[in-house]
Amino acid sequence: MRIDFDAAGLARFARAASGADEARQPRARAVPFDRRSFLKVSTLAGGGLLLGFALPGSVPAALAEEAAAPMPKGPLQPNAFIRINPDNTVEILSNRLEFGQGTQTALPMLIAEELDVDWANVRGLLAPAGDAYKDPVFGIQITGGSTALHNSWEQYRRMGAAARMMLISAAATQWGIAPEEVKAANGKLTAGTRSATYGDMAEAAAAMPVPDQVVLKDPKRYRIIGKPTPRIDGAASTDGSKKFGMDVKLPRMRVAVVKRPPTFGGKVARFDATDAKNIKGVFDVIQVPLDRGASGLAIIADGYYPAIRGRQAVKVEWIDGPGPKLSTPALFAQYRETAKNPAHVALPGDVSKLTTAASTLLAEYEFPYLAHAPMEPLNATFDLRSDSCTVWAGSQFQTVDQAAIAATLGMRPDRVTLNTMPAGGGFGRRAVPTSDYLREAATIAKLYAKGPIKIIWSREDDLQGGYYRPMHVHRAELGFDDAGNVVAWKHAIVGQSIIAGTPFAPMMIKDGVDSTMTEGVVENIYDMPMQVAVTHPELAVPVLWWRSVGNTHTAFVMETLIDEAAHAAKVDPVEFRMARLDPKKHARHRAALKLAVDKSGYGKPLPEGHAFGVAVHEAFGTVVAHVVEVSIENGRPKIHKVTAGVHANRIVNPMTAETQIQGGAVFGLGMTLPGFAITLKDGRVEQTQFSDYPPPRMPDAPPIDVFFVKSDEPPTGLGEPGVPPMAPAIANAVFALTGKRLRRLPFDDLSAT
Amino acid sequence: MTTLNVNGNLVEVDADPSTPILWALRDNLDLTGTKFGCGAALCGACTVHLDGHATRSCVTPISAAVGKSITTIEAIAEDPLGARVQAAWVKHDVAQCGYCQSGQIMSAVALLKAVRAPKDEDIDNAMAGNICRCGTYQRIRAAIKDAAHVA
Repeated sequence: MRIDFDAAGLARFARAASGADEARQPRARAVPFDRRSFLKVSTLAGGGLLLGFALPGSVPAALAEEAAAPMPKGPLQPNAFIRINPDNTVEILSNRLEFGQGTQTALPMLIAEELDVDWANVRGLLAPAGDAYKDPVFGIQITGGSTALHNSWEQYRRMGAAARMMLISAAATQWGIAPEEVKAANGKLTAGTRSATYGDMAEAAAAMPVPDQVVLKDPKRYRIIGKPTPRIDGAASTDGSKKFGMDVKLPRMRVAVVKRPPTFGGKVARFDATDAKNIKGVFDVIQVPLDRGASGLAIIADGYYPAIRGRQAVKVEWIDGPGPKLSTPALFAQYRETAKNPAHVALPGDVSKLTTAASTLLAEYEFPYLAHAPMEPLNATFDLRSDSCTVWAGSQFQTVDQAAIAATLGMRPDRVTLNTMPAGGGFGRRAVPTSDYLREAATIAKLYAKGPIKIIWSREDDLQGGYYRPMHVHRAELGFDDAGNVVAWKHAIVGQSIIAGTPFAPMMIKDGVDSTMTEGVVENIYDMPMQVAVTHPELAVPVLWWRSVGNTHTAFVMETLIDEAAHAAKVDPVEFRMARLDPKKHARHRAALKLAVDKSGYGKPLPEGHAFGVAVHEAFGTVVAHVVEVSIENGRPKIHKVTAGVHANRIVNPMTAETQIQGGAVFGLGMTLPGFAITLKDGRVEQTQFSDYPPPRMPDAPPIDVFFVKSDEPPTGLGEPGVPPMAPAIANAVFALTGKRLRRLPFDDLSAT
Repeated sequence: MTTLNVNGNLVEVDADPSTPILWALRDNLDLTGTKFGCGAALCGACTVHLDGHATRSCVTPISAAVGKSITTIEAIAEDPLGARVQAAWVKHDVAQCGYCQSGQIMSAVALLKAVRAPKDEDIDNAMAGNICRCGTYQRIRAAIKDAAHVA
């Protein structure tokens, strides 16, 4: 099956996602419009302006010359970004999925600022899959790598500015005056005594040429960007009116759940669906090919409950998947052995002083598989017709998924409309290079072929269905001189490659090293004599990025080891870091760390039995420092307070920015909680529910104060960077309290030691 | 046919009596504000009020609701306390993805009905059954206290 991937775009995404892209660095130049692309304007049916973004190939070239020409016949390529309606409301489309990160609010803020409209009149919508909505840097439509605001900072502001200039031109033409005489502000055009709303002028503006050049606002005049702005979808989340993919309902729609093999790659040997089909509401049970050569049974019913009852009633004999019957303890033992002789060098460095060091430290770390477990289980709704298909899904990879669905259905991608539904979380699970769940859903829709169908994953499916953050072992050998200075740091990492076997592989795996596993170590920010090498075992367990990707484990190892090195040198851990972070190259690290430390009261006396722990880490171009105050209660760390210092350059929406760091900290805290691990026994996943895979709950959640370093540089991302420094900061506090170094996530029960 | 009282209306549901209230609401009555998160009473996304008590609708069959009143998120604004909690949620910009928030609000309203001015411990106890993977707990706590103080 061939997918029409944009290889170069994927490579750009992969580089950025792994933190290796220079363009993501804060001082990089802003990204200009793609030269091949241009703005396109048309009149709305009811009179109004629609400003889109067209690409050659998505509209005929001749049409492109005529900006105001009517839309072409045939399948329409969606391309709208701004719609100004006659009633003066402005609809702004986000080319990213909204799944909690707040881009459905922050991206419209960029356009609203330059367009200069009343924010109360702005509606935020999610764009479907479409070439026009591809990320201007990556060339694929993607929500991931904490990139939305960074990559669309120029794109969205320019579109807003262009629309504003067209409104001014229209007013100037109508009023017979020079454009310079027209003032456009807050959704109103004025010149002397004349005035009109944008809505009044929108239809006329749609006949104006799109400007070649736009002038962007002086940031000093910003009144929307930088203002704490409640989420555009906030109220709808309080009254049940917000519609997620799970809530899509079509006439005559049936629901399918899948009975999945208990081993990865397992197949149906034989099945008996007699009892299942006797259940009221069960329509059919069909055998379906699943992801990675597996097969299973789709139970198709009038609703989810009869489908689940049917699934319970169906009798299946399975053929186990290929490969050994893995068990987690044996796998960790094997990984620890492998880490002694890693295969591929990721960072060459001289560690010869290890043999002559005054003292050495050997530290081994274990990290389990992790499921993303978003609150909304995976689902997709398909309306398959003879020559087209409409799909509703909360996809993080719209154009990739659109192509995969089309390939599965045997259609051209432009026959597949993929509507982006707000998703109840995702954390990476909805950005799958193999499009696993959408291919499966497309297969079921095709085999069923009797009308609309919604495919729903149960929570058990979600936790047992693979695509986990890979399990890892880190092995670090540090050599110290007499004064406790690190003279050698030999570092090995063992873990499955996320990238191997995906279209990213040719660009993203260099010399056998998957850079998504080494991000957060190889930058060697503390300038140590460091060597890093890796091995990527090949196993049948599907793996995937998980909110902050490699940083989920590398930050823990690096920031706890640095704490350990500071103690070896008998230097305060904050001072130790500051002494090694280059004032120029790592100025943002220093600023974020200093801010968190200053605001936290670090160093001041704490109540008996309380201690501070600190960690700082850069992920996806944003630096976050967490200072945590911890005590031990019932053998577990109790987090009393978190103070976050964040350097994410300019903050577009301080309100959603704060919530992302708070949420990220809780997500990171989750990695430490007892039981928060996906484990295998005889090739089967042991966890089935939130009871044995327990995420943080209300009593676990500390108050988190967030502070941002002031900066006028283009924004960097916030969706992920709050996660990585949380677990190491807690571990460092635990060491301060107990003298015990925690080298495994989730944490062991401290009362047992 | 099972007759249910949903948000003050008597409705007929053509479903097996063992059908959880959740799926009767979502699949039969098109009330999708109540969410499916786990199907095992472990995450709280499906929380509704059954005769005023916070109830996990994903494991409570419709047969157990006969003769009782079901209140869902769609009607919680009709209760002044419910409306106040919703307003506090908006004021504190609690929601991120929003998927769990129907259940969070239903649990919070039930808490505030039972305890007019809940302490942190009361909030921990009453809200521990509602998972939020986005990690909005701090704001939920603040919003509950805010809604309580207006009382």
